[in-house]
Amino acid sequence: MNTKTLSWPNIKKTLIDKALILAMLAMIIVIIIIEPAFLQWRVLKDILTQSSIKLIVALGLLFPLLLGGTDLAGGRQVGLAAVIVASMTQTLNYAGRFYPNLPDLPVIVPILIALVVVAIIGMINGWMIAKLNMAPFIATFGMSTIVYGINCLYFAQEPNRSQPIGGIKESLTILSSYKIFGISLLVYIALLITIIVWFVLNRTVYGKHLYIVGGNKDAAKVSGVNINFIIISAFVIESLLVGFGGVLEVARTGGANSAYGFSYEFDAISSCVVGGVSLSGGIGTVPGVIIGVIIFTIISYGLAFIGVNPNWQLIIKGIIICSAVALDMRKNAQ
Amino acid sequence: MTKTFPGVKALDDVQLRVKPGSVHALIGENGAGKSTLMKCLFGIYQPDGGTIELDGKPVTIRNTNDALKQGISMIHQELIPVPYRNVIDNIWVGRFETKGIFVDEAKMYQKTEKLIRDLEFEIEPKTLAKNLSVSQLQAIEIAKAVSYDARVIIMDEPTSSLTVAETEHLFRIIRRLKAEGRSVIYISHRLEEIFTIADEITVMRDGQYIGTWDIGNITIDQLISQMVGRDMEERFPPRAGSKQDEVMLDVSHLSSANPRSFRDVSFELKKGEILGLGGLVGAQRTELVESIFGLRKLSGGTMKLNGKVIYNRTPREAIANGFALLTEERRATGIVPMLSVKENALAAAYRVLTGKLGIFNPKKLDAPVEEVCKRLDVRMANTQMLIRNLSGGNQQKVLVGRWLLRRCNILILDEPTRGVDVGAKYEIYRIMRDLTAQGHSIIMVSSEMPELLGMSDRIMVMCEGRLTTILDNVNTTQVDVMQHATEFSSKICSNGD
Repeated sequence: MNTKTLSWPNIKKTLIDKALILAMLAMIIVIIIIEPAFLQWRVLKDILTQSSIKLIVALGLLFPLLLGGTDLAGGRQVGLAAVIVASMTQTLNYAGRFYPNLPDLPVIVPILIALVVVAIIGMINGWMIAKLNMAPFIATFGMSTIVYGINCLYFAQEPNRSQPIGGIKESLTILSSYKIFGISLLVYIALLITIIVWFVLNRTVYGKHLYIVGGNKDAAKVSGVNINFIIISAFVIESLLVGFGGVLEVARTGGANSAYGFSYEFDAISSCVVGGVSLSGGIGTVPGVIIGVIIFTIISYGLAFIGVNPNWQLIIKGIIICSAVALDMRKNAQ
Repeated sequence: MTKTFPGVKALDDVQLRVKPGSVHALIGENGAGKSTLMKCLFGIYQPDGGTIELDGKPVTIRNTNDALKQGISMIHQELIPVPYRNVIDNIWVGRFETKGIFVDEAKMYQKTEKLIRDLEFEIEPKTLAKNLSVSQLQAIEIAKAVSYDARVIIMDEPTSSLTVAETEHLFRIIRRLKAEGRSVIYISHRLEEIFTIADEITVMRDGQYIGTWDIGNITIDQLISQMVGRDMEERFPPRAGSKQDEVMLDVSHLSSANPRSFRDVSFELKKGEILGLGGLVGAQRTELVESIFGLRKLSGGTMKLNGKVIYNRTPREAIANGFALLTEERRATGIVPMLSVKENALAAAYRVLTGKLGIFNPKKLDAPVEEVCKRLDVRMANTQMLIRNLSGGNQQKVLVGRWLLRRCNILILDEPTRGVDVGAKYEIYRIMRDLTAQGHSIIMVSSEMPELLGMSDRIMVMCEGRLTTILDNVNTTQVDVMQHATEFSSKICSNGD
């Protein structure tokens, strides 16, 4: 079985391995047949813009996934970062300011505060998993409710009393509204982050060690890799990326509330799995994640475009996720 | 009876005849096939050929349930209790007394108490298994085997975790079972013990039946030579002539933090030598080498590398000191299956082969990997292929390459040729010779006698966590090694008598 031949078993294997991508391409074709207007420049631009933040969050989740873990608190960290940044970047003359007496801070200050907060959350996540040997699923599940609680407490402070935060400064919203060649700056930011993540994973010792720890923790230990450092730092990097996703959400929507980011980690994990990232760890590439995110966005956008009931969209997404995981098990089980 | 595993004939036309009401000892070296034979009898494995007869009638045993129904029960070498369930549940699981649909707790309690009392143990039936000591667990395991009312009871190394007094207790139970007309198949490495309890002895070697003797008709020495008495079939590359005297590593009075493991081990490793480490299962050899490498904790002793005291508290520290470890379990702690040959080979070396910031150009890493793979003659399509698609021997070579890329001086090889086919074995031996010729030192843990004798410059033998001897490998025979490997177990037994 060393030589690849065009025999039926080989074709069958290829078809099964690529079944998901093929099925999704088929769906996109069906959408186009039903609504040929789907193929326009405007739609493509929308899809790229919508994919940008999702891609950054998905690249964040790629780190714990490569370790065979997950972060169920990812979405809630998007929300917390969004609310923190929004609360400190309102224009001075806006009526319902979160901090009525806050001076005019440069935008970078609230962004850094938000990133430090989520980095601490990431560190605790990593610490629970590396040092306390907790299952990532449970540790981050607990963390997600803690983060949401903190976010709601912060959001409910006087005088805001859980009112949606608006009136965001132009110096932040420009990240979304500024266009180069008609394409939002968000897309370029996502592109830059993607290149950085690709570089870290493929061209640094850190990235190689991450794959090795995810592939076989005990072998990594015997090879002298500092496992605890890799795990904790992976969760910190992930938190920074999802936190930055939250910052961009504020820029894109011009506001924030404590519900922001809810279930973003599920979309991110789904995109990663569709893009070939294995939930067992050690397998996954940046280009795979890009494809997963874009296909996922096309399908949700496309289904809405042809007028499919949003509840049906949820069901279709769920089926895609289950099939993706089933195929992953089939492919990578030994 | 015959049983074949992929690549190995574990049992080759083996026979075993056990008389009713007798204790039949089954002995042989590690890997002789004893456990495989018992697993076939107990229905865990299916033999490829052969028959099992009970009282002259052929029986088929497809699974453990069949075995139990036919009256065969087994005490396993590794104890597998359900930790958060009590003694009653652990003994009777699958056979609960019921009242309607409910479990009859009171009756179960009485039955358990009687069973335990009959065997002269003192264990409260409601204790959770996790709170029992190892010997109490062993007692529960024995009680369970007896509770099946079995005619044949298989005991696989039942005394490995028992004290002298507990062993005596076990022997009393065995004698009682014998008096009741039951047969016991008794597997043990402790030869003295066997002479105390067994009526007949069957010896196995390399998956083959060697013979059966009445206990009165054979001596320990004869038995040992029957166990090991094979010709050196494998070939080994010739030893380099010059003898090395420069001490590289000086280990003194090393003791494990685990009181059940090794203690007070002292030895010297010379530059350019292969120091073999022999012993039976349970001799704590793997524990010793993993502790030297920083994977397990030490409680005392010192290590000196070229005269300088070193600690090796973690594998990272050990690696920085020039140590390397090829672990016993290649799949569990060696390869990263879903990564390529190249990435596996580089696993330990990234940090030293790349710049300060940890950024590298992957093309620059190709040359050293290619070079090492060529030097070790790894058979593969290219370095990009996944390591899990290589044969065991080639995987092992890649793992040796991993350490060569890291430029280590002291290689610790734990069972380096386990699961490796004969051809690749010779190549690994050749690599070992090359490495020592270049000044590397090797500590080789091996359970294969011919390998130990054929490759080592000196042989260190361990028994029950202690170093019994270091032999210069000149005219050393398997019998010499075997005697030292069983030294303490014999003494413990004779003290007990």
